[in-house]
Amino acid sequence: MIDITGIEFKNPTILAAGIMGTTGASLVRVAKEGAGAVVTKSIGPEPKEGHKNPSMIDLGGYGFLNAMGLPNPSYPDFRDELAIAKKDAGTPVIASIFGGTEEEFVAVAQGLLESEPDAFELNVSCPHALGYGASVGSNPDAVETITKAVKDAVDIPVWVKLTPNVTDIVSIGEAAQRGGADAVVAINTVKGMAIDINSGYPILGNRFGGLSGHAVKPVAIKCVYDLYTALDIPVIGVGGVYTWEDAIEMMMAGASAIQIGSAVYEGLEVFSSVATGIENFVSEKGYSDVTEIIGIAHERI
Amino acid sequence: MYPINVTITKVIKETPSTRTFVFDRHFDEAIAGQFVMVWIRGVDEIPMGLTNKNSITVQKVGDATEKIFELEEGDTLGIRGPFGKGFTLPGKDERILLIAGGVGTVPIAHLAEYASSAGICMSTILGARNADELLFVDHFTSCGELHITTDDGSAHRCGFVTDILAETDIKAYDRIYTCGPEMMMKAIFGMLEKEDALEKTEFSLHRYFKCGIGVCGACCMDKQGLRVCKDGPVFNGSQLIDSEFGNYMRGPSGNKKQF
Ligand SMILES: Cc1cc2nc3c(=O)[nH]c(=O)nc-3n(C[C@H](O)[C@H](O)[C@H](O)COP(=O)(O)OP(=O)(O)OC[C@H]3O[C@@H](n4cnc5c(N)ncnc54)[C@H](O)[C@@H]3O)c2cc1C
Ligand SMILES: Cc1cc2nc3c(=O)[nH]c(=O)nc-3n(C[C@H](O)[C@H](O)[C@H](O)COP(=O)(O)O)c2cc1C
Ligand code: FES
Repeated sequence: MIDITGIEFKNPTILAAGIMGTTGASLVRVAKEGAGAVVTKSIGPEPKEGHKNPSMIDLGGYGFLNAMGLPNPSYPDFRDELAIAKKDAGTPVIASIFGGTEEEFVAVAQGLLESEPDAFELNVSCPHALGYGASVGSNPDAVETITKAVKDAVDIPVWVKLTPNVTDIVSIGEAAQRGGADAVVAINTVKGMAIDINSGYPILGNRFGGLSGHAVKPVAIKCVYDLYTALDIPVIGVGGVYTWEDAIEMMMAGASAIQIGSAVYEGLEVFSSVATGIENFVSEKGYSDVTEIIGIAHERI
Repeated sequence: MYPINVTITKVIKETPSTRTFVFDRHFDEAIAGQFVMVWIRGVDEIPMGLTNKNSITVQKVGDATEKIFELEEGDTLGIRGPFGKGFTLPGKDERILLIAGGVGTVPIAHLAEYASSAGICMSTILGARNADELLFVDHFTSCGELHITTDDGSAHRCGFVTDILAETDIKAYDRIYTCGPEMMMKAIFGMLEKEDALEKTEFSLHRYFKCGIGVCGACCMDKQGLRVCKDGPVFNGSQLIDSEFGNYMRGPSGNKKQF
């Protein structure tokens, strides 16, 4: 068991936001596959259909590009899904939420409270939804006010998910901490684009989107490392984790737990194989506990 | 994988509402029942079954399919795939029953093509709204019977595919395959459940796809969280027991839509 922001997890793998997270049943399925916790799709104030397809492409080996455009059924319609996940997952369920203003964030958070999520994860980091996500999350003042507003409105832990598409992610992490965040989650996708050379058309329906998967791991490791140095609250690492080796690397950079997104493409067994791999590594290396490896890279200079 | 650029080599008017687009690229690895994501540049990308290794058959229903209908020989499309789980191909000595309705005839016709090339005996129940909308009738004659129904009686028997199914000896078949409107498949599901034949039946389903590759979760079904794009689109009947199948699906925002 590990404890992050007062929530107990049976292992440090967490399903990342936006991956198989739109229905209660699919969240339950991932939890049964061995995830230590699951995060929902980001839920907002109004139903949104998202961008036109193509909304995700496999770049072949090094990652994915996506611009889903935050499709979601809105919080009134997501309550039942969240309640199903809570009832049957057998793991903590974290509700990812977004809004364009602090009022919207608060309305969504309060609206979902009755389904009893274990924590909220504030998405101030989606790189491709105008007026939402990173348009809010690259402004430290906005991040601080939104975090504070949600913290004041709810009595469960609040995590803040950060965008790497800023000059200095640490200043945004610090803003979240000032706002009272219980943890930060890093990183969301890295801005990217792909063009079809046969036609000259950008491939994604939204033209540009976010890069995830293998290619972003080094970016995520550096962000986690820097945030761990600067902050007093836990950092949850996400970006390019496919194997237990990736997870250990992320934890040595300073992550208290790791989220897995794109690697679900390889198969849902990824959660149990990463969790088991971490456990084996910890015992083979003679650590008393997985928490001993967190941030270890900071001591090796 | 970036979308593969294919050039249309032929457009065939199948029925007033459907056209087949043949292209210059063969997806030889494709199994009947798998699908491709078809990118109509500047418009949308939508899932389509393969009619055979190098063509799709499209029914005009909205924006994207309307745009495809404007395409001519020499025009291009982007194709990703084949994706998903296709039909379990029948063995040489197995007797199979195919039940197809409307544009759902596409993957079934692909399977029929495989079966006839492998010398497998098949019986078919084929349904359409009216005589003009019947698809691929000539694909389905290999030793077994071919039963045709039309909703309005403009050709063959007036009625639904289920009328024929009710008169069919289900025990005579080793495998049953179906694709068509969900209400049609729901009725078939009910009949086969009563006959205790779900285990040998495969259903090809339709849900709203975004990524098409099993990551985003847009196409997940209750209550097992099965992804139609990756765990399907073809499912064994027993996988659909106690599921949302026949009751509702989710639209692009994830909101439920009742059938
Ligand atoms: C696995 C699979 C195989 C299919 N095979 C064929 C085929 O061989 N021939 C054929 O004509 N049609 C097929 N379809 C249906 C086809 O994808 C839709 O008719 C098409 O997407 C309509 O697009 P539109 O923009 O013209 O219509 P819209 O006006 O956008 O929508 C009309 C209806 O089409 C469906 N639709 C729209 N976009 C999508 C999407 N991204 N994913 C799933 N459904 C969508 C919805 O049910 C919607 O209500 C298949 C669908 C699936 C899931
Ligand atoms: C298809 C897809 C949808 C996503 N949707 C969301 C979302 O709704 N909210 C969010 O905070 N992050 C979202 N993300 C970002 C992921 O949660 C994660 O931060 C990112 O993909 C990096 O991790 P990975 O390399 O393990 O995929 C999405 C990513 C993908 C690939
Ligand atoms: S469409 Fe994305 S998981 Fe099926």
